[in-house]
Amino acid sequence: MAVTQVPPEFTVNINDRKCVRCKRCTNECGFDALSYNKEYDAIIADDSKCVACHRCTTMCPKFAIRIEDNSLAYKANANFSPTHRKNILKQAETGGILLGAMGCDLPYPIFWDHILIDACQVTNPSIDPLREPMELRTYLGRKPDRLEFDGKDDQDIFKLKTELAPNLKLDFPLVFGGMSFGAVSYNVHKSLMMAAQRTGVMMNTGEGGLHEDFYQYRDNVIVQTASGRFGVHADYLNAGAAIEIKIGQGAKPGIGGHLPGEKVNEVISKTRMVPVGADLLSPAPHHDIYSIEDLGQLIFALKEASRYKIPVGVKVAAVHNIAAICSGIVRAGADFVTIDGFRGGTGAALKVVRDNVGIPIELGLAAVDDRLRQEGIRNQASIICGGGIRQSADMIKAIALGADAVMIGTSALVALGCRVCQKCNTNKCSWGIATQNPKLTARLDPEEGAQHVTNLVSAWSHETQEVLGALGVNSIESLRGSRERLRGIGLDEKTLEILGIKPAGR
Amino acid sequence: MLKCESDLGHIPSGCAISGIFNRKGKRIDGNKIIKSIALMHDRSNGLGGGFAAYGIYPKYKDFYAFHVMFDDEESKERLECYLAQHFIIEKDERIPTRKTERIHNAPLLWRYFVEVDNKRLDDDVDKEDHVVNEVMHINSSIAGAFISSSGKNMGGFKGVGYPEDIAHYYRLEEYNAYLWTAHGRFPTNTPGWWGGAHPMTLLDWSVVHNGEISSYGINKRYLEMFGYKMELMTDTEVIAYLFDLLVRRHKLPLRVATAALAPPFWKDIDVMPAAEKQAYTALRMVYGGALMNGPFSILVGFRGGVVGLNDRIKLRPMIAAEKNDFLYMSSEEAGIRVIEPDPDRVWAPRAGTPVIGLLEDEV
Amino acid sequence: MAKIDANEMHYKVLNEKILSLTKQGEKHIELQHVCGQKFIGDGLKGNVKIDIYGIPGNDLAAFMDGPEIEVHCNGQDGIGNTMNAGTVVIHGHAGDVIGYGMRGGKIFIQGDVGYRVGIHMKAYLNNVPYIVIGGTACNFFGEYMAGGVMVLLGLNTTDGCPMAGDYVGSGMHGGVVYIRGDVEDRYLARDVRKTELDDADRARLEPLVKEYCQHFGYDYKTAMDSKKFIKLVPRSSRPYGNLYTS
Repeated sequence: MAVTQVPPEFTVNINDRKCVRCKRCTNECGFDALSYNKEYDAIIADDSKCVACHRCTTMCPKFAIRIEDNSLAYKANANFSPTHRKNILKQAETGGILLGAMGCDLPYPIFWDHILIDACQVTNPSIDPLREPMELRTYLGRKPDRLEFDGKDDQDIFKLKTELAPNLKLDFPLVFGGMSFGAVSYNVHKSLMMAAQRTGVMMNTGEGGLHEDFYQYRDNVIVQTASGRFGVHADYLNAGAAIEIKIGQGAKPGIGGHLPGEKVNEVISKTRMVPVGADLLSPAPHHDIYSIEDLGQLIFALKEASRYKIPVGVKVAAVHNIAAICSGIVRAGADFVTIDGFRGGTGAALKVVRDNVGIPIELGLAAVDDRLRQEGIRNQASIICGGGIRQSADMIKAIALGADAVMIGTSALVALGCRVCQKCNTNKCSWGIATQNPKLTARLDPEEGAQHVTNLVSAWSHETQEVLGALGVNSIESLRGSRERLRGIGLDEKTLEILGIKPAGR
Repeated sequence: MLKCESDLGHIPSGCAISGIFNRKGKRIDGNKIIKSIALMHDRSNGLGGGFAAYGIYPKYKDFYAFHVMFDDEESKERLECYLAQHFIIEKDERIPTRKTERIHNAPLLWRYFVEVDNKRLDDDVDKEDHVVNEVMHINSSIAGAFISSSGKNMGGFKGVGYPEDIAHYYRLEEYNAYLWTAHGRFPTNTPGWWGGAHPMTLLDWSVVHNGEISSYGINKRYLEMFGYKMELMTDTEVIAYLFDLLVRRHKLPLRVATAALAPPFWKDIDVMPAAEKQAYTALRMVYGGALMNGPFSILVGFRGGVVGLNDRIKLRPMIAAEKNDFLYMSSEEAGIRVIEPDPDRVWAPRAGTPVIGLLEDEV
Repeated sequence: MAKIDANEMHYKVLNEKILSLTKQGEKHIELQHVCGQKFIGDGLKGNVKIDIYGIPGNDLAAFMDGPEIEVHCNGQDGIGNTMNAGTVVIHGHAGDVIGYGMRGGKIFIQGDVGYRVGIHMKAYLNNVPYIVIGGTACNFFGEYMAGGVMVLLGLNTTDGCPMAGDYVGSGMHGGVVYIRGDVEDRYLARDVRKTELDDADRARLEPLVKEYCQHFGYDYKTAMDSKKFIKLVPRSSRPYGNLYTS
């Protein structure tokens, strides 16, 4: 509660006539910004605490609450924006590193919004997905270069001789990206796993381990092992349908993870196998991986531990040399590569890293897909990509660029109620999502949460089918990597070249 | 006639196809196939026609017959210089043609019967791979020269014009073949480039195609991974290369290859008996980049026979018929009845189910 | 009766001859040596019977409005496209896309048909289209059907394939289909309900089967009684109401 010279970002205005003094808002706010004053019989707001999470205004039965920007007039300065000035003030007051949550929110160009999709007319019919077959099934994992069969040209039956490596079967090319139990609540994990089961997609545990209550969802869970090895043991490794080694994430490439001690309660302690209240650091590098062959060694250690029954993949952040990095990862034995673009979200990250380090996933994905094809090894690993996928259109464009599947983090949380107020690191999430406070976590009902996420996936699936139909394609493998179906708009020549797409009009 | 800038992108084709095959290798002249394709005249718009013929060079049947289109004499010299260094030329001559009213701006047409110079072949390189690489190299790098077919004892005859006029121009009634396929084109661009007509060929593979491949973008990138170069601005060429990759290089049986190109739907695979389900699932997992989406009916000729195939929901027509040792396939039944009025059997092949005609003996 | 030798005749010339004869009041025209001529009977009105010997080309009787056409051979694709009235009889099999958007009249096909038959058939008051097929049909039979009647008899089923193909009645929201035999549920689109025939159905079905048997010399009793019929109707006229939000 230190007095600060930095003005509040928002101001809470309660309409006196509409307000019936039910006092619900004072309870609902996770940030203690609202209180009831008996003397004035009114709700008083402490603007400095408001984060615009919208919990109060959503729960108010009379729609009496408005959250507004605390718009102060700043002397216009195209170089030192108000945000810059505020940040310097904050650092001068505290000497601290600026912390943020969720993904980069600065106005870098979003390439998804500069890509357009083709449609069929006249020379090629579009397909009606409501009435004709439309296939979205996707297999993630290692595939051989070719297959061998027994059988002659004139025979009908043929027998497969080649044995295939284990693959994940998805009904829709989507994965709920890794968000650790710790960063998010038990109920979030439960909602996502239930939704994954219902929609036939996969959920990634993130680096916080898997609560033993959830082993029943194993067929739809990817268990992650990160540098902190939280909650990693032999049973855990066999409790999922795949294992993912987390090397990095888009929000903080090259930086490790940090779960503040406030969020480490009994349950977290048990799942992660650490003392209660300890600050949990995931080191930046895996301290057993200092070169690519070390990674290969870890991959095979995990394959041995899981008896080669499930795919083992690697997650990295998209950085400058991502194509070469992924080529190395594939050659080291990974069955899938997860690439997280610089807009990826997080529970807590240094703003300087979140907002300035890494590259957009659109470019990273295009570069990796190209490189793997050039080297003739594209079939050896599937590519999952993410980092700011906001809608089905982004997903469709990602697949056309070459992704096997996409992952969503922020979008999944928004489906659960998150308003992206970007205060996850405070443990005060009013929606009960990015917190371990039992009073708050109880607000997310897993059944309802699962239904909402299921609805999102279902809606995106229908949208995808409509677009595929317009493209005249009835199987997603005919769109995957087909850059010919995309055109750039308002992009320079070099970017078009990197994306491997033509400009609209050609 | 000159190849245009690839700015045009690929050119879709709507059209007519027809094929006549004799299982015993008996050869017939071109008159019947010409009659068949001419009947379906209105499916084309005169901007492309072509034929593939197998068994036409019995005297030179052990040599690769390169059919070449040249822009001019200089291109011919350039190519011959290259060929002399990389192949042994047994014989070369102008492809006989005759003046035909509606055929204009024809390129210089020549054929070379060549053999691979073994001295130039590395030990571990497969001879056919070598020829494929050479043809791809020539078509992409030697300006003004285009090899339109490169198989043994077969040839592609194509150009800009109605198929019956093309046939007249190339004097096809003078050739005898045990397999004839024909194509009449309805392109929606007018490149005026003779190389863009069907059939598309590679070694002894030839493809005539009615339809448009909506998965072209990924089929192309999948093939590029294996060294194939798309030069023809037409989606059809990926079909020839896919057959070459799947059947010749990966050695998949024909029915497996066609099942990769036009596979059954997942909902049907899921209820198959275990071994079949496993085979089809693996096929779709591994060969997803080869799946041909979009409407198509194709006739693919090769040394040992012919394959007719439709897309997975049969959006283009195809009818087949048999009479004694002859197998007929065509876009319209009338195209068959005009040359065989009394077939033993007529049937409509199903979506994704190939019609395969195989030579009973080596020819 | 007028005879036309259609050998090597372009379809434009042939159809002009047919039109002019019809306008002159000719009631019966016989076409000999037909082979692939398209658009025969297109948009034709009037009280005339045309017998075709040889195989007609695509789009036979498209937009036709009244005449009767009998083909003594197989048919090709596109027969009866948006036909309004009249009769087409095919002594053999027919191809794909038969009766697309048909609004009235009758088509009788002795043998099998191909894909996408009876798509978007529609009916209004007395204008009802009928298609009767003696053999089997391939995928997308009755897709988007909005009205009319189709009958599939399967008199020759020897194939292992399902007699009405897959995705039967996809998007159906009107009309009725009678099938002699059965269609497994997994081949029926979810828009379709399988049910039994009642008296009104039988009253509708029997004359159609009778007419089929008359055209092709088939035994009526065998056709009607040797196997049970099933009926396919749409589940709803608004199958996609719940799909959208804004």
